[in-house]
Amino acid sequence: MSATTFDAAAAARAWRPPPLIASPLLRYAIYLGALLYAVLAAGSIEVNWARAAEGVERGLRFVSGFFPPDFTSKRTDIVEGLLESLTMTVVSTVIGVALSIPVAVGAARNLAPLPIYLVCRGIIALSRTFQEIIIAIVFVAMVGFGPLAGMLTLAFATIGFMAKLIAEDIEDIAEEQAEAVRATGASWFQLLAWGILPQVRPRLIGLSAYRLDINFRESAVLGLVGAGGIGDTLNTAFDRYEFDTAAAVLLIIIIIVLAAEYASSWIRRKVQ
Amino acid sequence: MPVSMTAEGLPAWRRRAPRQDLMVWAGWLAALALTLACFEFISGRTIWAFVWDAPTQGADLIGRMFPPSWGYVDQLWKPMWDTINIATLGTALAIVVGFPLAFLAAHNTTPSVLFVRPVVLFVIVASRSINSLIWALILVIVFGPGMLAGILAIALRSVGFIAKLLYEAIEEIDRTQVEAVTATGASRAQVLGWAIVPQVMPAFAGISVFRWDINIREATVLGLVGAGGIGMQLQASINTLAWPQVTMIFILILGTVAVSEWLSARVRHAVI
Repeated sequence: MSATTFDAAAAARAWRPPPLIASPLLRYAIYLGALLYAVLAAGSIEVNWARAAEGVERGLRFVSGFFPPDFTSKRTDIVEGLLESLTMTVVSTVIGVALSIPVAVGAARNLAPLPIYLVCRGIIALSRTFQEIIIAIVFVAMVGFGPLAGMLTLAFATIGFMAKLIAEDIEDIAEEQAEAVRATGASWFQLLAWGILPQVRPRLIGLSAYRLDINFRESAVLGLVGAGGIGDTLNTAFDRYEFDTAAAVLLIIIIIVLAAEYASSWIRRKVQ
Repeated sequence: MPVSMTAEGLPAWRRRAPRQDLMVWAGWLAALALTLACFEFISGRTIWAFVWDAPTQGADLIGRMFPPSWGYVDQLWKPMWDTINIATLGTALAIVVGFPLAFLAAHNTTPSVLFVRPVVLFVIVASRSINSLIWALILVIVFGPGMLAGILAIALRSVGFIAKLLYEAIEEIDRTQVEAVTATGASRAQVLGWAIVPQVMPAFAGISVFRWDINIREATVLGLVGAGGIGMQLQASINTLAWPQVTMIFILILGTVAVSEWLSARVRHAVI
């Protein structure tokens, strides 16, 4: 039975799916680079294995401290933190979206002259580069501890996120509709309202809903640097070794995020 | 068709019927009222004297931040290298875990819609809703301060992100290719390897690089809770009020993030 014996020549001719990176030189260079990097990077981690092994036992004790979650004994703190987080989320999203629209228009190359374009792109780059926590540190230094610093941080981060994505959407619009509105002798603002806005509105609404969701998630950590919100409650719980309260807070965050995610994906399905 | 009569008795086109108009205005009013109520809450927790002082404080802060202490950069290369390693190794770990999870979560590849899928979806949501900084906070308690906690924090947060976007991509694949491979008598594993995986590879590469880019940004602040990287230096400089050093760290972060964003955009452009 020759059919069952392995035929090396046929195996070499057999079809193979095309690789993701077409050029073999680049492909193997990337593999080699990745390997080299992995060795270098792994060498840079200083793991104290004795401490890590101890950590397993410590971790188990720690996790068992999470159960059962304690919702009641720090109830006022949790409610307070939650209210701060939610109000922070709402106000920062509204302010951020409102401010991001002019920036987005300015950052769209088909609407704005070059100097304005560069300024608006600069604002976007500045707001997107830094992690929210870093911005929060600066705002806390400026306006003091509390939810106002958190609100300003989230509003600032929202501007970069929304303006970048909306500007891209404005640049991708169907030019014919804008052209038609322009042909009626419309002013620049009329062009915006009747030629551009109807085309980007679904994405504007969808992204705002998404950003609301992100802002809540972020508001949960800003408390670590004193910018208010549920993160403050969480941080205090960790500092006082009240892990059962911390577990309760984490559970509440997960549930609210889940609800927000379902709500925002529902809104996005509705408008798109 | 919403048409109203002008004073001369001529029909005039309107965008909405009066009733719809009223509803829209009521919606805007409700949103405005909610925002103001939320702002009122925040403002009640703010010491406004500090806020009015903010311009002076801000000017003072900027005055103290400049010029940056350029010489300090010599001490920052190692922490920056650590930061990049935390982001990269964390992402790599998340890819290894997230890739199979995505196949367990996708409707068309999961072994069991009833039992496996809900569990995996919960894991994905739990991972996504807890910020990497909170993960780091927990892991530092378990493993002690250092890079290991940072890498695991990044990985835990990224698993959900990668798995979610990838399973959405898997659910959107072209069914005809799957059918063609199935028609040859291929086993389930062969269908997966030859019909599904090649279709999602570009999306997978794009998602991974995108998350890596986000993780560089996240890794810069993990040090604030002791999880290694440049955030530790940042924390130390802020605690000692060494603002020129803080500026230097900000400049370095700005540069690194810009490079990583450029790199990730290049790769995504190439594969999609």
